[in-house]
Amino acid sequence: MTSAARRVLLDSADVNRTIARIAHQIIEKTALDDDGDKHVVLLGIPTRGPVLASRFAAKVAEFSGIEIPTGFLDTTLYRDDLRGQPHRPLERTTVPAGGIDNAHVILVDDVLYSGRTVRAALDALRDLGRPATVQLAVLVDRGHRELPIRADYVGKNLPTARDEDVAVHFTETDGVDEVVLGPRDTTAGGSA
Amino acid sequence: MRHLLSTADLSRDDALGILDDAEGFAQALLGREIRKLPTLRGRTVMTVFYENSTRTRVSFEVAGKWMSADVINVSASSSSVGKGESLRDTAKTLHAAGADALIVRHPSSGAAQQIAQWTAETDDAGLVTGPAVINAGDGTHEHPTQALLDALTLRQRLGDIEGRRVVIVGDIVHSRVARSNAHLLSTLGAEVVLVAPPTLLPVGVDTWPVTVAHDLDAQLPSADAVMMLRVQAERMNGGFFPSTREYSVRYGLNDDRLRLLGDDGVVLHPGPMLRGMEIGYSVADAPQATVLEQVRNGVHVRMAVLLRLLVGTDSDQQRGDDKVEAAQ
Repeated sequence: MTSAARRVLLDSADVNRTIARIAHQIIEKTALDDDGDKHVVLLGIPTRGPVLASRFAAKVAEFSGIEIPTGFLDTTLYRDDLRGQPHRPLERTTVPAGGIDNAHVILVDDVLYSGRTVRAALDALRDLGRPATVQLAVLVDRGHRELPIRADYVGKNLPTARDEDVAVHFTETDGVDEVVLGPRDTTAGGSA
Repeated sequence: MRHLLSTADLSRDDALGILDDAEGFAQALLGREIRKLPTLRGRTVMTVFYENSTRTRVSFEVAGKWMSADVINVSASSSSVGKGESLRDTAKTLHAAGADALIVRHPSSGAAQQIAQWTAETDDAGLVTGPAVINAGDGTHEHPTQALLDALTLRQRLGDIEGRRVVIVGDIVHSRVARSNAHLLSTLGAEVVLVAPPTLLPVGVDTWPVTVAHDLDAQLPSADAVMMLRVQAERMNGGFFPSTREYSVRYGLNDDRLRLLGDDGVVLHPGPMLRGMEIGYSVADAPQATVLEQVRNGVHVRMAVLLRLLVGTDSDQQRGDDKVEAAQ
């Protein structure tokens, strides 16, 4: 154990500021507020991604007045590490009305870790439609990538050890907004 | 879970987990052009049917194929069974040929359990390996996936199973569906009432978690759901009731009895239905009847069972093939 203590890395104000910053970047990078009919969709990856996606959507609406649809994308059935693992309950997958064909899809997850969840999400997307582009937004990038995957929007780059765990908590699901670094704890929000 | 042999072995959490996953599959596949998930890619599922079946075999086959498993159907009439090969040798042969799951239907009670024992092996690390065995109906014993799909249908129609009153009517003695449902519905908190002539009740029914009655009309007004069973002529080797007409009059679900059940009541039938015998022609097509919903749910329930048996493992009973590092 390199870090026995539990450390709060981002508190509520930090989390909200970070979400606001990424929302601005989404508007800018997808040229949402330019003229033209932009079809942008946010797809949150359970368990904390959907909350983060709706936070992004709310901020984007606040800053630009544009409502972007959000959905859920469960990657469980597409994972390559299911064999030999304990059973994982399925979460729901919901694609907004209008689908994802020719859309600019932004995958949203709380923590980017090995990259395997994102690979599974890309496979899942392929079965749902053909987006024009796919981007990735994460609150925390903790490193240790096992696949050539990078995020387009990163809230905080966080160097970590493998035996540490990054837990992202949101008011909606955990009663508090914070990002916590601590010893590995499998009960908290994912290290994806 | 390594096998699914009986609903009596299912904990409440396991049963609810399977129902939730089945809902998850229904939802995941809803409105998709490509109904194919990569979850069981590279896994081999064999259905071994010693009795005729349409919906169960097809349902398992569709479930396996939608999850990208390689599904191979073995039927007794077109295999070495016809040459006199024993069940044990057939099972061990299919295991040796690479089956990850054996889905077994057999006229003898306990056949699936036997196959699970015959094909179990212990590897060098002391872990129990061998194919997952799913009981798809063994004699008059159990048919667990049928009970699970019935429970899913009830949950969708009634909202919850806990505290509901389910009446199971007919040929209880020969019905593996009744036995599996009695255990599962009771585990899920329902009150189960069996209604049948005394000759069609099994010995030892007093040890089941159910109450027994003989007058269907008296039970219907207080029932939330009624499950009609097929009268299994192929297993009738004695005079269980005087005539099919008398049976139909006393235990058949006709229009009058459907009115007693009410508009909110649910009518289940595991199929195949004998219209005009245990269920009236118009009752089978009434809005309360869920026969086709049961079939649809059957595919999703079987996907959930395959998922649980083939990819999820208990720590004490791991298949010792993959030691994938937890990447989360």
